[in-house]
Amino acid sequence: MLSIKNLQASVDDKQILKGLNLEVKAGEVHAIMGPNGSGKSTLASVLAGREAYEVDGGEVLLEGKDLLELSPEDRAREGLFLAFQYPVEIPGVSNINFLKTAVNEIRAYKGLPPMEAKEFLKRVKEKQQLVEFDAKLANRSLNEGFSGGEKKRNEIFQLAMLEPKLSILDETDSGLDIDALRIVANGVNQLRSKENAFIVITHYQRLLEYIVPDYVHVLYKGRIVKSGTKELALELEEKGYDWLKENIDAEETV
Amino acid sequence: MSTKDDNILQELAVEEYKYGFTTDIEMDIAKKGLSEDTVRFISAKKGEPEWLLEWRLKALKHFEKMVMPKWQNFKHPKVDFQDISYYAAPKEKPKVNSMDEVDPELLETFAKLGIPLDEQKVLAGVVAVDAVFDSVSVKTTFRDKLKEYGVIFCSFGEAVKEHPDLVKQYLGTVVPQTDNIYAALNAAVFSDGSFVYIPKGVSCPMELSTYFRINAENTGQFERTLIIADEGSYVSYLEGCTAPMRDENQLHAAVVELIALDHAEIKYSTVQNWYPGDKEGNGGIYNFVTKRGICKGDHSKISWTQVETGSSITWKYPSVILKGDYSVGEFYSVALTRNHQIADTGSKMFHIGKNTRSKIVSKGISAGVSQNSYRGLVQIGKGAEKARNFTQCDSLLIGDRCGAHTFPYIESKNKNAHLEHEATTSKIGEDQLFYLTQRGIDPEKAVGLIVNGYAKEVLNQLPMEFAVEAQKLLAISLEGSVG
Repeated sequence: MLSIKNLQASVDDKQILKGLNLEVKAGEVHAIMGPNGSGKSTLASVLAGREAYEVDGGEVLLEGKDLLELSPEDRAREGLFLAFQYPVEIPGVSNINFLKTAVNEIRAYKGLPPMEAKEFLKRVKEKQQLVEFDAKLANRSLNEGFSGGEKKRNEIFQLAMLEPKLSILDETDSGLDIDALRIVANGVNQLRSKENAFIVITHYQRLLEYIVPDYVHVLYKGRIVKSGTKELALELEEKGYDWLKENIDAEETV
Repeated sequence: MSTKDDNILQELAVEEYKYGFTTDIEMDIAKKGLSEDTVRFISAKKGEPEWLLEWRLKALKHFEKMVMPKWQNFKHPKVDFQDISYYAAPKEKPKVNSMDEVDPELLETFAKLGIPLDEQKVLAGVVAVDAVFDSVSVKTTFRDKLKEYGVIFCSFGEAVKEHPDLVKQYLGTVVPQTDNIYAALNAAVFSDGSFVYIPKGVSCPMELSTYFRINAENTGQFERTLIIADEGSYVSYLEGCTAPMRDENQLHAAVVELIALDHAEIKYSTVQNWYPGDKEGNGGIYNFVTKRGICKGDHSKISWTQVETGSSITWKYPSVILKGDYSVGEFYSVALTRNHQIADTGSKMFHIGKNTRSKIVSKGISAGVSQNSYRGLVQIGKGAEKARNFTQCDSLLIGDRCGAHTFPYIESKNKNAHLEHEATTSKIGEDQLFYLTQRGIDPEKAVGLIVNGYAKEVLNQLPMEFAVEAQKLLAISLEGSVG
């Protein structure tokens, strides 16, 4: 589904991603871990098309389409979803209106007519239950005055509503207590299918107890330096990143 | 902010003005220039009684003695009052069927503007319209239906002829001739406008509206609106305005006076879309207007709502004099400026009566290299026991070359008054835009959503149909602001 080859990207002329490779197939969940400053969030931003991030080289294909050629809105319409680490507040814009606009913009891109109001509301109700999202929040202004946990849950609710092919969760677990974490993870698990895929970016192994990944990758200094299965996450939890860092740093000196 | 979003935000201006066409029609236009003769000419054209001519001439004397103020937050453009024609009216064609026969050219013009003047084509009971074309009212719809309720809705000129006592009693009582230089000018040369009287205890059965259209070149529009709501009555009134695209600036100096007696309520809404000038700031309307209402009776209420998206300069402060005890004044405003537009607008609330309440909600939106100022005065008189005011003025910046300014003034002579003031300034950031586009929403639509969300509290005050129009107008005005 997603194929990243030798991706290099920089912010303010500072290179952050230095040749990153990753293959994600439909039905898979990949976790990306790594110490602070290794480039995890940069990867999420580059994939979603945030403008401040400059792509210096490499290739990213989403189902064979050159993702880097597309505008952020077209990437979204092609089925890429980013659950933000810091969801933005937009006062006066109701959550539901916003979602309706998003759903219909994506449909229009695919040549489909706007969704019937009845069908839309049915989907809202269904997905609210699926991700345990309070109906009251759905009618409020987008993220305005939401708690940190409510904002993260709203991200998952939006994910459920838009039914993307590839979802990137950027530190969705940060700032969540254990109950909120369980709800968010549970929502994601409900949404997992053979047709979609997830990239879960996280600092902590804790989230991966709930969202069990098929693969775990360690990102360090802009490259994936180690890949494995879910056991790798446990190993990292136990040993930290230093043993990996030492290896890489040693290689670099040579 | 990154370059692309910068472009997006800074180009916020490219959408062409949709109402910039001109109507080719034979006009009766006064010679340029301002003098006693001009005033006499206008008064004669309108067949006015002597007292009104005298009133006008007095105003002209005031005007000639007055000087341009300097306190406003923009450089007052040079206006050559001798280079303007003060009267322009479509030449009347021979009447064919009824008195209501309107030149098809004019009907077409208003149809193009989305203002139906043919009652047959309007769904029953929607809105009654007074259509003002340059200096004259060309048609007022639904007059007969309104008559059944005793409601008078007609052009100012007709009111002078048919209801002289009401006009004489109230004209100039809220906005005196000497109020300011443009009010004096208007009093001297006003040509038409709308007149409304709602009798005791009547709730006006439909929305009333006036649509102002400037068409002729080198003219100014000086209309006057007078609305009187008698005891226990209610009226909702809306005005809209557009003008052709021209390289020269044109002056629009109107006066609006509202009078609410005991337990009466007037709701006055404006959707102002005068030609704003081009991207470089050439041309556009100078919108210098004096609007004031008086809550004369106890428990009366006046509410101003304005959505200001047009004009090269907008300069006005719709105000309320809260004379009656327990009277209420409200002001809700959205002022959007882009390109080189300037807005210096806000409200004044004069608390005189006891337990009077006022509320000011102002939302400024600035884009391009425009300058947007909120200026407001809340004055609490000695006797205004337990008066209350709440003021909120917010500014939203789009891009980083525009300006937002606030000048709130408070003068209180009563210790029991309760005053609250809140102000915020925010910026449509890359973050908000990126968040919405990441969900598949087109960047221009995203800006429209953000701006409409920001202005929601004010838009909610508009009558339903107009709220939808205003929402579209805000979104359209911002098209191209996002690259």
